[in-house]
Amino acid sequence: MCLSIPSKVIQIDKERNIATVDTMGVTREAGLDLMEEGDVCIGDYVLLHIGFVMNKIDEDDALESLKIYHEILEKLDEEERRNIVLEDDDCHNRSR
Amino acid sequence: MQLCLKDLYDGFRNPEVIRGFSKLIHQEAQKLDRTVSIMEVCGGHTHSIMKYGLSQLLPESIRFIHGPGCPVCIMPKERIDHAFVLSMQEEVILVTLGDMIKVPGSRGSLQDARAKGADIRFVYSPLDTLTIARENPTKKVIFFAIGFETTTPMTAALIELVLKQRIKNIYFHINHVTVPEVMVELIDSRDEHVDSYNNQIDAFLGPSHVSVITGSKIYEPFPKKYARPVVVAGFEPVDIMEALLMLVRQFTEGRCELEVEYKRLVSREGNLKAQAAIENCFEKRPLFKWRGLGNVPQSSYCLKEKFSDLDAEKIYEDILPKEEIEDHKLCICGDILRGIATPHECTIFGTACKPSSPLGSCMVSSEGACAAYYKYGKTVL
Ligand code: SF4
Repeated sequence: MCLSIPSKVIQIDKERNIATVDTMGVTREAGLDLMEEGDVCIGDYVLLHIGFVMNKIDEDDALESLKIYHEILEKLDEEERRNIVLEDDDCHNRSR
Repeated sequence: MQLCLKDLYDGFRNPEVIRGFSKLIHQEAQKLDRTVSIMEVCGGHTHSIMKYGLSQLLPESIRFIHGPGCPVCIMPKERIDHAFVLSMQEEVILVTLGDMIKVPGSRGSLQDARAKGADIRFVYSPLDTLTIARENPTKKVIFFAIGFETTTPMTAALIELVLKQRIKNIYFHINHVTVPEVMVELIDSRDEHVDSYNNQIDAFLGPSHVSVITGSKIYEPFPKKYARPVVVAGFEPVDIMEALLMLVRQFTEGRCELEVEYKRLVSREGNLKAQAAIENCFEKRPLFKWRGLGNVPQSSYCLKEKFSDLDAEKIYEDILPKEEIEDHKLCICGDILRGIATPHECTIFGTACKPSSPLGSCMVSSEGACAAYYKYGKTVL
């Protein structure tokens, strides 16, 4: 019920106070009544909920999160590689 | 690096990242000396936890308690009955969001009312009400408004548009509920400052989109006054896993704080314009009955006095039923929501009470704990 969808603003109709947004290939309209005038621009990423833009998505924060996730994966990979080496060390066959 | 729309979806659903966080949580949880019970307040989180099988990726020392955060499940029969009665009026078109179709009241669901000839329109957006009213000038169009703080400002925006466009045939029946008050209800007694409910909630996963509107500030009392840490999390599985890691770290490091994982959308202040719209249109009711939980003080909105002319609850006061309807005697939803019981302990789970014929609130929508147990079995929870 409270699920909302990230979308990209592709057009703004100032007269009707409505934005046209792209939601992964689907184009739809969303009311701008809950946003300050001029706050939403073409190219912005926004969150859509039951026909309204409910807020803008902070691009820097989103990128920052994605960067952290990337680092976690890399670090884990490293760790996994190290684990494999350690397991190798434990391997009984080695002494033979 | 430039952001693209796909990143906003895939980046936060990446199965490898989910597994990465799972590992980190397992490592961190080894330092825990007890089980930590985390309530995800919001049905959207419950949904993601089920859908992505997140419980299976967590150590045994972390347990979820599924919260009351589904506005459909908690709607008491009395309010559904209001909608039912209003919809049966000759001159009325009842408009509401699609989620309400099947929820049973004491006279049946809105689907049943429709079968009896009522004109009920299930819409995607409150804005659709404007078109329906314009196309039916001789009818009284009543918007049956439901939802948490996430949807409250959209109803307020509709009210403001109705006034601005001088539309004379739209009315409102308001059932908006608020999150912090019910969180307090679950952990604290109203009268005494003790854990009178014997709840087992150690921490909260804060709702995503409620917080986009309200800001994280509404949770500030929880770590301070009630000693419960809160991490506001997005709805995507990676968001949830990251937030869980943040929560576990609070426990292992002996901290009790409010943190925000969902920074790309949640600020401390939230959407001030939306808050102003709520403030303009609504005021708190002293009490609101939550299905499964009973009366919770200050936990819902009604229209302000100045909008009496638009208030279907006032206009139709004489015909709206007033009798109280008890929750089913055998239903233990209240205990489930407090983390004291699991659905399997309910004697009518899966027999008299199932998703096709729900008797209690937790079985009503797929976001409820009993419905999730029924659908996914015990293992994933
Ligand atoms: S199974 Fe049905 S009656 Fe039992 S606790 Fe769950 S919702 Fe209530």
